[in-house]
Amino acid sequence: MEKIKKFTAKTVNLPNEDIDTDQIIPARFLTLPSKEGIGECLFADWRFDSSGNTNNDFILNKDVSMGCEILVAGNNFGCGSSREHAPWALVDYGFKAIISTSFADIFKNNSLKNGLLPIVLPKDVHEWLLDNPGIDITIDLENTRVEFNNGDNHEFEIEAFSKYCLINGLDQLSFLLNHEDDIMKYEGTL
Amino acid sequence: MASKGKTLFEKIWEQHVVVPETEETPAIIYIDLHLIHEVTTPQAFTLLRESNLKIRAPKKILATMDHSTPTVPISSLKDLDVVAEKGPAQQIRDMIQNCKDFGIELYDFNSDRRGIVHVIGPELGATQPGRTMVCGDSHTSTHGAFGALAFGIGTTEVAHVLATQCLLQRKPKTLAVNLTGNLNDGVSAKDIILKVIGEIGVDGGTGHVIEYRGDTVSSLSLEQRMTVCNMSIEAGAKAGMFAPDDATFEYLKDRPFSPQGTDWEKSIKKWSELKSDDNAVFDKEVNIDVNSLEPMITFGTNPGMVMPINGVIPDHQGSVSFKQALNYMQVESGKPLLDRPIDVVFIGSCTNSRLSDLKDAATILEGRKVSENTRTLIVPGSQSVKKEAELLGLDKVFRRAGAEWRESGCSMCLGMNGDTVGKGQLAVSTSNRNFEGRQGVGSRTILASPKTAAASAITGTVQDPRKYEVR
Ligand code: SF4
Repeated sequence: MEKIKKFTAKTVNLPNEDIDTDQIIPARFLTLPSKEGIGECLFADWRFDSSGNTNNDFILNKDVSMGCEILVAGNNFGCGSSREHAPWALVDYGFKAIISTSFADIFKNNSLKNGLLPIVLPKDVHEWLLDNPGIDITIDLENTRVEFNNGDNHEFEIEAFSKYCLINGLDQLSFLLNHEDDIMKYEGTL
Repeated sequence: MASKGKTLFEKIWEQHVVVPETEETPAIIYIDLHLIHEVTTPQAFTLLRESNLKIRAPKKILATMDHSTPTVPISSLKDLDVVAEKGPAQQIRDMIQNCKDFGIELYDFNSDRRGIVHVIGPELGATQPGRTMVCGDSHTSTHGAFGALAFGIGTTEVAHVLATQCLLQRKPKTLAVNLTGNLNDGVSAKDIILKVIGEIGVDGGTGHVIEYRGDTVSSLSLEQRMTVCNMSIEAGAKAGMFAPDDATFEYLKDRPFSPQGTDWEKSIKKWSELKSDDNAVFDKEVNIDVNSLEPMITFGTNPGMVMPINGVIPDHQGSVSFKQALNYMQVESGKPLLDRPIDVVFIGSCTNSRLSDLKDAATILEGRKVSENTRTLIVPGSQSVKKEAELLGLDKVFRRAGAEWRESGCSMCLGMNGDTVGKGQLAVSTSNRNFEGRQGVGSRTILASPKTAAASAITGTVQDPRKYEVR
């Protein structure tokens, strides 16, 4: 896994609340064999009409959204299904972080395991971001701060172990595997 | 001061801690039973292969095929190509191969144990009080009906459990939902949970494990409790739970995987202790009175947008998302949904496809016909439910009424296997999600109980089941 420490990127806004994983990636794409290229299907039913034509009104299809790597989305982003295809699609499309006022639990967990940062900011800051689309912001994971161009900066919370793994590019499975003795001991009591 | 008691959740959690949580690291929790299906496992198996890892405890896995499986009869893999599209067919083949390669018993097409993963766990007696259970599927919360701690995980975590039988977890908070009163005729467990989600909101349970408590609980059957726990995730909750009681033990007795003989007695003793202490403290509490509860239906694009069947659609109060949802559904604030024409009725899914759900539907459809304008699809939750229903002649009731009767599977709940609601069509469904396009591209969904769905099928419009239940 790539190490994530600090990066600056442009925001794009999708203010809808309760964006569910069926919107992020509809079920018919869950049979794709690989994570590569799955970004093509991100928000498929919003980006394309049923004949596959691009919906030019949808924000991600507009020129201003080109190269944006931070998605600012409405409350309770990622609710619904446990499909990890959701963060896979967001990452493959090019997003590095999602900012919202809250995230669904499973989506948040899945994101953290795929190098996608789910960042919760206070309501007023979130509103300010929605009012000021397409700005460059810096996400400093080591210091868990989001920095704006105007000098404003805000702390965010991230689960300590996930942060450690992301900064050091470690994968959580090796940590579990290293506890073989503890697991054996526990199994001995069953 | 008396020491603080423990909640049911805390008791099960503590029994499964392999390595305790610290500020730096989450707890390592042992998983007693891992449920797997074809959609959320392929990448996990790939990871195991790439890392040269084995499955730690193949016997602690329950494997089935449900999401992409066709619901028309299928006798061989060759037939799969006739009835399934390429993607789903390949996924099913991969599942068979993966289970074979890794030594996991799979309930595939030839097995009479096959079915929706959350339906077969309980009916096989694999779902047991006090167990930790996970599955790459958010509706794993269903199994909490038995006093298990059961929740959905992602595919990376599926790989973690396959390789180590453990998960890294921060301890969630607890939410008590106190249910009081008795259900009126025509009202069912689905209406309870829709009401709960409407009250606390689709993120009201985020970060919490819900325990359903209160005097209503003892009157609810295990199948009803499963419906309630199933949709706890729609309120954002990590899991839903009921403390096990005599009804739980009764349900589990003599099931294929239930403890037998002296083990059974021992288990009952152990399970009886699984309840929240009187002085246990929950992080949050909510009270819901079900005495005046009416059949509930959703009007929007998430399960929290819900109202009584006779209600009118609430005002958007300026919310853009709310307005968009009404727009998508082609409905208006201030208007009712009752009597509105529908195109499809779907009775099925892990929320409402067990025998009692089918019986509910059959009571209403008996001797009646479904509307010519409405496609009515009835999909049992498992092959075993199918068999039981056929022994009772329910299939005949449905067929005579003009409904389709299928093999088990997830089917139209998520429309992966070819069973879909068409673009722009409106469906009354007993499933759990009314998200945009959930049942097919451009589909619109009203969530309801099996009774409401069956009543609606008759007229081809949204109907109040209470009009049909008593003759
Ligand atoms: S029936 Fe629907 S909700 Fe249940 S497991 Fe299948 S797809 Fe998921």
